[in-house]
Amino acid sequence: MHIMEGYLPATHCAGWFAASAPFMVGGAVRLRRIVAERPQSKMTLAAAGAFTFVLSALKMPSVTGSCSHPTGTGLGAVVFGPGVMAVLGTIVLLFQALLLAHGGLTTLGANVFSMAIVGPWVSWAVWRLAGKLGASIAVAVFLAAALGDLATYATTSVQLALAYPDPASGIVGAVLKFGGIYAVTQVPLAIAEGLLTVVVMNALSGRAGKADEIRVLSGEEQ
Amino acid sequence: MAVSRSFWLIAATVAIVAAPLVLPGLGGEFKGSDDLGTDAITEARPGYQPWFQPLWKPPSDEVESLLFSVQAALGAGFIGYMIGRRHSARRENVAGR
Repeated sequence: MHIMEGYLPATHCAGWFAASAPFMVGGAVRLRRIVAERPQSKMTLAAAGAFTFVLSALKMPSVTGSCSHPTGTGLGAVVFGPGVMAVLGTIVLLFQALLLAHGGLTTLGANVFSMAIVGPWVSWAVWRLAGKLGASIAVAVFLAAALGDLATYATTSVQLALAYPDPASGIVGAVLKFGGIYAVTQVPLAIAEGLLTVVVMNALSGRAGKADEIRVLSGEEQ
Repeated sequence: MAVSRSFWLIAATVAIVAAPLVLPGLGGEFKGSDDLGTDAITEARPGYQPWFQPLWKPPSDEVESLLFSVQAALGAGFIGYMIGRRHSARRENVAGR
């Protein structure tokens, strides 16, 4: 999902920065409020950041014969809401842009939008919806993490298609082309991320399957 | 019950990741999708030159893989520490009761 440095036109870079900025400000405000209200949640917040740190470093083989990495933003989005992941995800993307030449500074706005905003919001919405439909915590967490991961890669495909529409088939054709590279490769990895998120969530809370599992993690309950 | 569920979930995760490497009929070069995306751009717009370069690049693949490993190790190390902390806190709670 990393759009490489210099590979988006400057107008698109500016546009994605503008789109991401309000979410990052809102996320920072929310992060401060969570830390102020529930200081005990600080460590779990750091763990949510660490989970993204690990997963986005793991490039895994996929059935399409190429490699890609999960995003790990679903865990934090489920526990703390999507806002804070805009901040944590940006830190991870900055680290990779500066130290690994992976992603970039000019494309940071676009990459933040896909990985740290769209992914977490989709995760959070799926988590709420699955809960309302009566899914167990494990199933809801799995769906949230997996679909958030996929949504991130679908967003990257759209971002590239907007910048590089196909001369014959236009933006729609380009979405399908880039989707073939990103989103299809991502399907098995999204499933793997969903499973792994359930395991790590259980291990971090120490109370798998209990109704208060998530509230314990977010610091709302001891 | 939770432990054995975690075991099976991890086993399934490993199977999903390993399948493309071992199953006949699947396979390929296993290049990174980010690089393939960049290739697709260059193919669609031959001669495209990125208008900005990374400020710093790892000098070799080895250094790059080192930094990726450090990233994963730091994250995994912290999560492991948190899991241990939670377990010992729970044990103290149980002992204190």
